[in-house]
Amino acid sequence: MMLRSSLFNSTLSLGLLLVLWQLAALSLNSPALPSPLLVLSTLNQAIQSAELLHHLGITLLRLATSFFLAMILGTAIGLILGRHHKLNTFFDSWLIILLNIPALVTIILCYIWFGLIETAAILAVVINKLPNVIVTIREGARNLDDPLIEMAKAYHFGRYKTLVHVILPQLYPYMMASARTGLALIWKIILVVEMLGRSDGMGYQIHLFFQLFDIASIMAYTVSFIVIIQLIETALLKPLDKKTQRWK
Amino acid sequence: MHPIVVDIKKKHFTSNSSDHIFTAIENLKFELLENEFTCIIGPSGCGKTTLLNAIAGLDNDFDGSINIKKANPSEHHSSYVFQTPRLLPWRTVMENIQLAAGANHSVPFIINTLQHLGLGNNLNSYPHHLSLGMQRRVAIARAFSVQSRLLLMDEPFVSLDPPTAKKARELLLNLWREKPRNILFVTHDLNEAFELADRILFLSDSPSHVIADVKITSPRPERTPQFLDNFKNKLSIKQPHIHQFL
Repeated sequence: MMLRSSLFNSTLSLGLLLVLWQLAALSLNSPALPSPLLVLSTLNQAIQSAELLHHLGITLLRLATSFFLAMILGTAIGLILGRHHKLNTFFDSWLIILLNIPALVTIILCYIWFGLIETAAILAVVINKLPNVIVTIREGARNLDDPLIEMAKAYHFGRYKTLVHVILPQLYPYMMASARTGLALIWKIILVVEMLGRSDGMGYQIHLFFQLFDIASIMAYTVSFIVIIQLIETALLKPLDKKTQRWK
Repeated sequence: MHPIVVDIKKKHFTSNSSDHIFTAIENLKFELLENEFTCIIGPSGCGKTTLLNAIAGLDNDFDGSINIKKANPSEHHSSYVFQTPRLLPWRTVMENIQLAAGANHSVPFIINTLQHLGLGNNLNSYPHHLSLGMQRRVAIARAFSVQSRLLLMDEPFVSLDPPTAKKARELLLNLWREKPRNILFVTHDLNEAFELADRILFLSDSPSHVIADVKITSPRPERTPQFLDNFKNKLSIKQPHIHQFL
């Protein structure tokens, strides 16, 4: 019942958005705002020609690579900084610098230092995402339950068992939070990275459409994006949430 | 000679803010015989938990030595029942115990232990779904499921209502008879100690050391309230310096 009504609600609100878009497109009647129908048919064409899937696939691969790299590194560093007060106070200023360097600067510097190659693109995204993960996980590591860690020590859990059974379950909400905000952030950065230094991917395509002033294609690509994000949320993140929270 | 020898010459804490040094334990020494149930009684803040943490190996920053002879190399140093149950909320009762019991645990042994404690139907429950009394019993089952000859208990029944605590003590004694080992049981409740122990160690105020070592030889069913009153009276005459506890 709950599920059905929430499905109904979201369909209704999306429908309203589409109607407003259609009305605005009709009243403006300008190539700057194509109607939803035109965007859909453009999307259909792009899928048929396999062009969209090719570029979307490449962008998704970059996204996945940089996302997992940033999450693994960020969790490790955040955990260390959260547990070791001295290291944390020493490296805190580094973290603040990293957090505040504009994304564009890291992207350009990576391309200049490493060349217009794939590694530089991935590295630029990771550097942009990393400090956010570190800060979130560090907060979680500070709030770890010390009595449980002491229990693990008293029963000789060892490093691996302590990490997997005692520490990571406690960090889980923080990891989920940084995964969600991280995906959103990486989406935004990765297109800029592709626009500036790659010859494929969504960012490259959108740049191309910009030069051709092909607004329908830009919007069609954006719609495909939104669909993918919804898929990741409902097919991946939500079930993962449910599975790891079942003990509550 | 003795399988377990505790000898702490000095244990102190320095506070971060000043050079103030607090000596928690000084010249505290005792041996444990095989499969003895020993209670430790002392004024609050005298360092009982500090002592248990030192014996458990959680705190190695002290002068002295803890010597526990192991029957075989896979045996654990000790097992520990804390003041709070300290179960992993995201693991089931069975998983909690198996994790602590290590690689070569025996599932039938664990199930048998849980059944002894009246938890036979809760093997796959998560701790959140159990009452506090049941969680404490799981913690006891966990400690018994670990291969070790020394079981440390830090006021494990503290905050239970009296009937539940009494039931828990009976279950503990039954389990201990079934699966005997050395127990070092910290409590501030003298009656609890009289009900459980073969031997009671009385600790002084900090810096704490043993001020009296009392053996109770009479069998536990005979320890009626009347018997205990007599015992306390005799004790306060024989050992007047522990009058404050009696």
